[in-house]
Amino acid sequence: MTQTLAVPPDHQIDPLLRAYAQSVAARRRTIAFGAVLLLAAVALSWIGAEIDLATFWTKLGNFTSYFDRLLQLDTGARVWTDPVYWFWGLRRWSLQLLQTVLIAYVGTATGATLGVIGGVLTSRNLVRSAALRFLVLRVLEFCRTVPDIVFALIFVVAFGIGALPGVLAIALHTTGTLGKLFGEVIENIDMKPVEGVAGTGGSWLAQVRFGVMPQVLSNIASYTLLRFEINVRGAAVIGIVGAGGIGQELIVAIRKFYYSDVSAILLMLLVCVMLLDAGSERLRHRLLAMETGR
Amino acid sequence: MLAVESLTKTFGKSAAVAGLTVSIPRGQFVGVIGRSGAGKSTFLRMLNRLAEPSAGRIVWDGVDVTALSGVKLRDWRRRCAMIFQQFNLIGRLDVLDNVLMGRLTHTPLWRSAAKMWSREDRAIALAALDQMDIAQLATQRADQLSGGQQQRVAICRALVQEPEIVLADEPVASLDPRNSKIVMDALLRINRSFGLTVLCNLHSLDLARTYCDRLVGMAAGRLVFDGAPEALTDEVARELYGLEAGEVMDAGHAPVPAAAALPAVA
Repeated sequence: MTQTLAVPPDHQIDPLLRAYAQSVAARRRTIAFGAVLLLAAVALSWIGAEIDLATFWTKLGNFTSYFDRLLQLDTGARVWTDPVYWFWGLRRWSLQLLQTVLIAYVGTATGATLGVIGGVLTSRNLVRSAALRFLVLRVLEFCRTVPDIVFALIFVVAFGIGALPGVLAIALHTTGTLGKLFGEVIENIDMKPVEGVAGTGGSWLAQVRFGVMPQVLSNIASYTLLRFEINVRGAAVIGIVGAGGIGQELIVAIRKFYYSDVSAILLMLLVCVMLLDAGSERLRHRLLAMETGR
Repeated sequence: MLAVESLTKTFGKSAAVAGLTVSIPRGQFVGVIGRSGAGKSTFLRMLNRLAEPSAGRIVWDGVDVTALSGVKLRDWRRRCAMIFQQFNLIGRLDVLDNVLMGRLTHTPLWRSAAKMWSREDRAIALAALDQMDIAQLATQRADQLSGGQQQRVAICRALVQEPEIVLADEPVASLDPRNSKIVMDALLRINRSFGLTVLCNLHSLDLARTYCDRLVGMAAGRLVFDGAPEALTDEVARELYGLEAGEVMDAGHAPVPAAAALPAVA
């Protein structure tokens, strides 16, 4: 290789090198300072929350032995040696799992519908009244902040044990989360079509239907599918407080120490959620492709 | 007749339109000219109330348009159709649905929301498309069309509103010369064959001279010229356009290279 670049003499290049080193040093100091702050914050919160590492080490045995028991049939044999006995309740659990999925489905559909209404009503570009937007925003915020399991607890007291409180709880929480997302999507649309519809004499509802909805529909569908995935997991958990589905069965099995039942149900839940995730991901990708691949 | 009485629109302290008074008899093809920022767009948008006037009145056949609201305002917008520089179509809907937007005020919402357009409405929309020679595009998505085609769809949308006035806000500013001619010819045709009043904002003086019966010149929100195209001498035009004068007056004469014009339609 030949020398193509002539390096200037030291007295010329030194100041440049020094200036570079200085500016890099300043950046390094900032990063180091940030790292120290971060570590201090972690340590402080560790102490503040009274997290005791010793407990972790002494009780670690219980943890592993519980897993060991989960994989034992009550005959003492390993679960996989007798799958038929392990999944003795397959029919019953499948039905309950189906109920969980249905709770999530109905809850998500209801929540998404209300979320669209909420999203439209909180969009600055569609609603002029700041008071109305403020009001709807606060309602959505409330729905979002209260976890669905808390809603479920309240509704179980009000409507009794069963699927209805589960559906209501999921619908409310979903309204809150999706409403906010939809609102953001709608605020980012192109307003020209909306103006076009307004210019023909179309009413506000017609402007929303034809100017707004065609632009956001694929986004809405994609977010709703994602929420459905999350809600299936959520529906399994809220079953624990008596809001229907597989969660109810799971908590009974845990409380009564039916170890192999617990592992069987967990495994079924895991497989079900994985399948749904894979399915909805495919759908969402197809929606996105529709969006961009015209 | 359209009577505009000291119409004013202020944004903060600056006035986009300042005390504009003009009256336009039915059936005229009026070109509104002036440099960018002269208030032409704001003026047109106020006429069909997409922009709210700050002061002044707009009167159509004795009815004070500025006082309308609700259903009556929407009916006024139907009678006073608007054609936009950027077409303002709904890109994800097909051409026929886009044209049928012009029938919204004729259709109850529960029907239009489900796109259950009546056979009659569909026939009207197709007839309009056929008039503009684009009936074969009816099933295409609007965002797949060229600019010139989109503007013709927008004209169809305006036509099926069964309007009395057509406002066109820089209808050819986003188009190449060939498509500009097609669109301007279409506007002239609806003016001549249906007797519709046409108000057209134009940046190009040559187009304005070729197509309009009457020119209204605006500068800084005020009316500075009103008369036949022949009365607009180059001197007046230079005054009207200032530094932009050379650009607008030579635009039609200078040969425009095809390659430069293409991106505008893409």
